[in-house]
Amino acid sequence: MIVSHGEVLTHKKYGEAYHSLTIVAPEIGESIKPGQFVNIKCGKDRSYILRRPFSVYRVHKRGGWASTLEIVFDIRGPGSEYLSQLRSHAIVDLIGPLGRGFQLPKRRAHCLLIGGGIGATPIFFLADELRNEGHRVDVILGARNAGLLLNPIEMRRLASVSLTTTDDGSAGDKGIVTDVLAETIERCGTEIIYACGPHPMLAAVSRIAVEKKVPVQVAVEELMACGYGVCMTCVMPMRRKRKRDEPPEDAVVYARSCTEGPVFNGAHVIWNGATDPVDEERSEPAPAAAGAREHAPPGN
Amino acid sequence: MSANLTTTLGALELSNPVLVASGTFGAGREGTAFVDLSKLGGIIVKSMTLVPWKGKPTPRMCETPSGMLNAIGIQNKGVDHFIAEDLPWLLKRRATVFASIAGNTVDEFVKVADKLRTGGRGIAAVEVNISCPNLEDRNNMFAHSVEATGAVVRGVKAALKRVPVFPKLSPNVTSLTDIAGAAIDAGADGLSLINTVFGMAIDVETRRPKLAGTTGGLSGPAIRPIAVRAIHDVHREFPHVPLIGQGGISTAADALESILAGASAVAVGTANFIDPRASMEVTSGIAAYMERHGVESVGELVGGVKLEG
Repeated sequence: MIVSHGEVLTHKKYGEAYHSLTIVAPEIGESIKPGQFVNIKCGKDRSYILRRPFSVYRVHKRGGWASTLEIVFDIRGPGSEYLSQLRSHAIVDLIGPLGRGFQLPKRRAHCLLIGGGIGATPIFFLADELRNEGHRVDVILGARNAGLLLNPIEMRRLASVSLTTTDDGSAGDKGIVTDVLAETIERCGTEIIYACGPHPMLAAVSRIAVEKKVPVQVAVEELMACGYGVCMTCVMPMRRKRKRDEPPEDAVVYARSCTEGPVFNGAHVIWNGATDPVDEERSEPAPAAAGAREHAPPGN
Repeated sequence: MSANLTTTLGALELSNPVLVASGTFGAGREGTAFVDLSKLGGIIVKSMTLVPWKGKPTPRMCETPSGMLNAIGIQNKGVDHFIAEDLPWLLKRRATVFASIAGNTVDEFVKVADKLRTGGRGIAAVEVNISCPNLEDRNNMFAHSVEATGAVVRGVKAALKRVPVFPKLSPNVTSLTDIAGAAIDAGADGLSLINTVFGMAIDVETRRPKLAGTTGGLSGPAIRPIAVRAIHDVHREFPHVPLIGQGGISTAADALESILAGASAVAVGTANFIDPRASMEVTSGIAAYMERHGVESVGELVGGVKLEG
């Protein structure tokens, strides 16, 4: 975990909505793991003061682009607007690697990766690493419409089975990722699920994974002020083991997404408050890593 | 000549005037990747309570112009955990430790203070976070009442005996000097000024508050002038009472503003979230300023704002 100054190598776009910056940051690029994130200072205008967390889309460890990392984002406010204007040779102030990343299977496994919208970002980095270690990678990408699917052509290249869903049917199946999840688990012999996207998607994915008895790791995207564990703002409510005679609503701990996450065991997260039924049989504390995005900014 | 950065808060001597504010640096562990804790004037740890508090639901934070709002609810593992785990760890790293304590009743504050007196050997001072709802007074904040402020400080001071006690006052009051006077009369050794400023933000699309707690505390550069004014007013009224200035301090110039207004030490808060090394940069910047202006001790600057001529 270091504070570093990186130089922008390239800016490009994926489709209409998504911006990409490839940044030369050797110390971070060489050590960061899928699901971990970087926290970037967005300009000198101090009217918006906080860094913005970004998960990493790809790293390049060899060749002409060695020691670079690539972030992908959409414009949500002044911070991401500022970053979208940066071009080659611009300097960015970033802290990383932050958080706990996805835990990779210890033995060869069939992995199903699910990305919703911009939440697909860390899924690409994860797919690269899983393939490098010889695991089978299947993927479901979902988005509101075709233009918001992140690089589906590249994902088809990485995955054994690659499905897409869009809310409006403009690409792939009409519907949402969980419409096809159960049958995909059966068809692909899925042994572990990794997901990143909006909470409702992660909640639904986790519920189906629990029903199917498949382990599920989710990367959440939470508002955060510090990114390194001190501000206590980015917490997720997690079920902990109940003490004797304790009502279930008391058996809750708030875990920091920045240090204990952003990757959590989806079966342990309380997605809809303390009444959420997904809590049985919890055993280990959640594994964790990263995959965060910009704050919903003030005003825009 | 390199500047002499030592400063005093009453009987307490600090190696330099720059602390980190409560709730912005945990109990130091997370910050060690960036900061040598022994180089800080002190670390005011995250507030601790009699039993663990799990904190408020999310969202707990939103960014606002030049600042941020938070409603965290003092999520902490309790005073016993601090004494068993955090304090020995901090002392091993030669940190100057300010324990921050909180509670919902006078009795809770006193019990935490009691535990620190018996188990907290090595702490330099105690900051009293009285910006907590008082369950015995319809959840009004202790810091908003002359009586409640006096009662907490009196109880805590009696429990802690010779450990210096610094109540942290809220700026959300009609007469801050009345509250300050009550704290001093009750035995405060000095004061921390200021805690966060009440605020609220609403998402106009959903028409819901941006914080789950509805309202929260505003911090960051946005509140610095409020802190400077508070420090100035209290210092003018009680010139011999040592003050820890906090509220929106990000740079050496910000820190010097609070010192010139009357603070003998300062605490860097929200800036730690953005630049974990902010406290170190503030310290070196103060040293550079002192050399540039031929100032030999921090004390020469305290309350040194020129009001006439």
